[in-house]
Amino acid sequence: MTYAIEVRNVHREFKQSGGIVRLRRPVRAVDGVTFSLPAGDVLGVVGESGCGKSTLARLIMGLLPLTSGEILVDGRSLTGMDRRERARLIQPVFQDPFSSLNPRHRIRDIVGLPLASQGDMPKARQVDRVMEMLARVGISSEMAERMPGQLSGGQRQRVAIARALVLHPRIVVCDEPTSALDVSVQAQILNLLTELRRELGLTYLFISHNLAVVEHIATEVAVMYLGRIVEQAPAQELFRTPAHPYTRALLSSVLTPDPALGIPDVGLGDAYPDPTNVPPGCRFHPRCPSAFAECAVTMPDNIRKDGRLVECLLATTS
Amino acid sequence: MSSVGIAQALPGRRRFPAFRRLATLLGVVIVGTALLVAIFAPYLTPHDPFAQDLNLRLIPPVWMEGGQPTHLLGTDQIGRDYLSRLIYGTRISMLIGVLAVITSGLIGITLGIVGGFYGGRTDDFVMFLITCRLSIPLILVALTVVALVGSSLAVVILTLGLLLWDRFAVVARTTAMQVRNLDYIAAAQAAGASRVHILVREVLPNIANHLVVVATLEMALAILLEAALSFLGLGVPPPLPSWGLMIAEAKEYMFFSPWVIMTPGVVLFVLVLGVNLLGDGLRDMLGADLER
Amino acid sequence: MTASLQDPVLSVANLRVSIGGRTEAVRGMSLAVARGETHCMVGESGCGKSISALSVMNLLPRGIIRTADHIRFQGQDLLAMSERQMSRLRGDKISMIFQEPMTSLNPAYTIGSQMSEVLERHRRAIRRQAMDRAAELLARVGITAPGMRLGQYPHQLSGGLRQRVMIAMALMCDPELLIADEPTTALDVTVQAQILRLLQKLQQELGLALLLITHDLGVVARMAQRVSVMYAGEVVETGAVGDVFAAPTHPYTRGLLDCIPVPGKTQTGEPLGNIPGMVPRIPPGFAGCGFRDRCMSAAPECAQAVPLRDAGGDHSYLCRLPPDWTRASAA
Ligand SMILES: Nc1ncnc2c1ncn2[C@@H]1O[C@H](COP(=O)(O)OP(=O)(O)OP(=O)(O)O)[C@@H](O)[C@H]1O
Ligand SMILES: Nc1ncnc2c1ncn2[C@@H]1O[C@H](COP(=O)(O)OP(=O)(O)OP(=O)(O)O)[C@@H](O)[C@H]1O
Ligand code: SF4
Ligand SMILES: [Mg+2]
Ligand SMILES: [Mg+2]
Repeated sequence: MTYAIEVRNVHREFKQSGGIVRLRRPVRAVDGVTFSLPAGDVLGVVGESGCGKSTLARLIMGLLPLTSGEILVDGRSLTGMDRRERARLIQPVFQDPFSSLNPRHRIRDIVGLPLASQGDMPKARQVDRVMEMLARVGISSEMAERMPGQLSGGQRQRVAIARALVLHPRIVVCDEPTSALDVSVQAQILNLLTELRRELGLTYLFISHNLAVVEHIATEVAVMYLGRIVEQAPAQELFRTPAHPYTRALLSSVLTPDPALGIPDVGLGDAYPDPTNVPPGCRFHPRCPSAFAECAVTMPDNIRKDGRLVECLLATTS
Repeated sequence: MSSVGIAQALPGRRRFPAFRRLATLLGVVIVGTALLVAIFAPYLTPHDPFAQDLNLRLIPPVWMEGGQPTHLLGTDQIGRDYLSRLIYGTRISMLIGVLAVITSGLIGITLGIVGGFYGGRTDDFVMFLITCRLSIPLILVALTVVALVGSSLAVVILTLGLLLWDRFAVVARTTAMQVRNLDYIAAAQAAGASRVHILVREVLPNIANHLVVVATLEMALAILLEAALSFLGLGVPPPLPSWGLMIAEAKEYMFFSPWVIMTPGVVLFVLVLGVNLLGDGLRDMLGADLER
Repeated sequence: MTASLQDPVLSVANLRVSIGGRTEAVRGMSLAVARGETHCMVGESGCGKSISALSVMNLLPRGIIRTADHIRFQGQDLLAMSERQMSRLRGDKISMIFQEPMTSLNPAYTIGSQMSEVLERHRRAIRRQAMDRAAELLARVGITAPGMRLGQYPHQLSGGLRQRVMIAMALMCDPELLIADEPTTALDVTVQAQILRLLQKLQQELGLALLLITHDLGVVARMAQRVSVMYAGEVVETGAVGDVFAAPTHPYTRGLLDCIPVPGKTQTGEPLGNIPGMVPRIPPGFAGCGFRDRCMSAAPECAQAVPLRDAGGDHSYLCRLPPDWTRASAA
């Protein structure tokens, strides 16, 4: 089976700036991530703030060099790939539609940039493609002449989606594409993304901290904790039977709109994770409600069973 | 969300008192006038600025005793019309100001954007260049270069241009550092845009407002430096009518004919003031904050 | 809609905000927040939530004018206060978490110097004490290695960290009223739950009154005692949170509740309900229901003044429809 994307043991560290250089440990933002995704699937990536989701997204988009590991798209390694070829394979949609569109360019130029950068298409064809794509995401040709400042947040995010799809990429990396939007606009954007995926056979990497949204759109879900994927499973299974204690905590802290319930106690304590100081053994053990002595010593294996991955000693021993 | 506008407006929004708006207007008028005078100099001069007439040496301005209505600002020590020389001097000052700023801007902005955008070793190198540049004694190097190469308009412009780029580099560097983390830069990179495209089309337009302000400051400096060089006899070669040169030539006569040194001095002061006022006004208007 | 509360910490009556005389951003908004209470304000982007909050703080940008019958904080009239008196309250007894943590933090200063500055200004604390307090609060909002974070600049933090810094900063002086403008939007659920619990704890300990602006109906349901749904500058529905969620009555409130995916209720891959169109700009002299061009149940009479209706208890809403309307009966 060829995968749309394969990520193999990817690491990324950031050096700390300032202070006595030698005493500063590096931030291990992404610390050995492996997954593969068949074409047409949607991988939802969830996890705590700062667990490395955006860093992973930027590595996949080629915006950051890897510290080690390999990423393959359509069987081809991204390392050393020409930027134009990479652009044809992977495109991003960012969270904040207010900073992802250059305030000094017209909408049609923004959407046309990926085409123009390819440098092999006549100008007139480019314009046609841009207008076609804009129409597809619901932006009128009159709006194409405007500057980003004159559009609403939802319209801007539609423009960002049009820019991402104008080259018909294999993979679209969406880094919290709806978390800056209204619920009504979020619903429109989610519906649009779902439609476009069916029509164009796209594969999404969909990062979000809104588990309800991920459950709605994803076919497969990866839960990240402190730079690693600690659980990965088909969406329905993961939400129905979460296996990793962190996933359970995550699911229990989802705030469904039910006024009868209060704010749940997450049960993770106050020991927040520190990416410069990853605990030995299971990296989740200082906060884990189910931790036992072994957890502080042995790093759990990264084993895939029945299409499911759980990085927890409880799961591997039993 | 749509209230980005408010949140941004909050801390930065300052109220400009009337006198600051007036000062800006004054700057616009002064610089505007200087530009017009420089462009239309041949049509404005009552006399040939190079024509000597030893019979008409050191005539005082028209409002002083012994002044002549044909020479509104009097004549210099070899009888050239002072007003005409001043008008042509504007041309030299503005030419040097503008061209030196363009040269230094090209150097400084390129270095600054590249350093600020790429960071790391590139940035260290740019910082090193900036530090080197800041440790160079401006006037001494300018003097040495001009003394060695010989003075001409082009040499003065080039020397100033090569020396005045540091502030452009510093400002371009810091602002580019702020812009490089924004998502539209990442989006352009992911779109496969070339490095040149990203620096020139994505970064530059978003830091241009800060650079315009620097340009005015540097222009004022260039004009002053040119005057200083010319005063020392190492700037624009005579008989070109530079204000600095006029002051230099006039210094022997200043005890008996003080106006010969006052007039170019005052004009120089007014133009530099005007350019600076314009710069301050632009900074207010464009919201560029150089303190950062 | 006048809120009937005994001795509210904050009470706003008939607030109107006009932008440059061309747009009515807030049109007669009233609300009250009691000690220890959480009042949530929901509504789409551009409904005037932030503008209302900024009006209370008197931090409106130039050209935006507020008028109101009254704005009272602990009985003091904020409308009558001078800028100096207001700035003494701001950051001290009334504190606000601004919506944009990216733009409200100054990129030129470290987190530590920005946080300690608040305490130095209001409490004349010395830098060391202020830094200790800052570190303590950063730890309470769940930031590890607070000492290191204090020395960092905003761009070195992730969005979630920046938002937590903003929350910690607002708590520096133990405020009596906290206006939080979407304080948890960039946070993941576990941290969000922890921070909301922290806020609830502070409410119990200090009697903090909380005006919480949010898009997240889940947060509203779980946090609020009262909720005000805003649309186009008006509170279109308000009431105790249980009543509003059990029987949403205004078509806008119902629309909002249909938009969100609810695990178990909405089907994966199926389209979600949505409210087509956008929040309109309301010109001066506008009459009738502001929602009518997006409303499925709009009728010609919606262009005239719509009544404020009582749905029982403290629950009221602005619409022509009776409390028990259904899609079928409204058509
Ligand atoms: N350029 C950088 N330099 C130094 N550290 C960085 C940099 N970018 C990210 N980090 C660190 O790497 C870690 C992971 O950050 P990342 O932005 O990937 O988190 P995230 O999962 O996207 O969080 P959020 O949900 O808050 O967006 C964080 O500790 C962050 O501080
Ligand atoms: N500085 C400003 N100048 C002009 N109009 C403004 C300004 N700030 C806000 N507005 C307008 O006022 C209205 C209300 O905006 P406000 O920011 O209060 O909305 P909001 O409900 O807080 O939205 P969001 O959920 O996006 O924060 C909007 O129509 C907006 O465009
Ligand atoms: S008043 Fe009319 S338009 Fe407004 S919400 Fe009610 S039915 Fe809809
Ligand atoms: Mg992120
Ligand atoms: Mg707002």
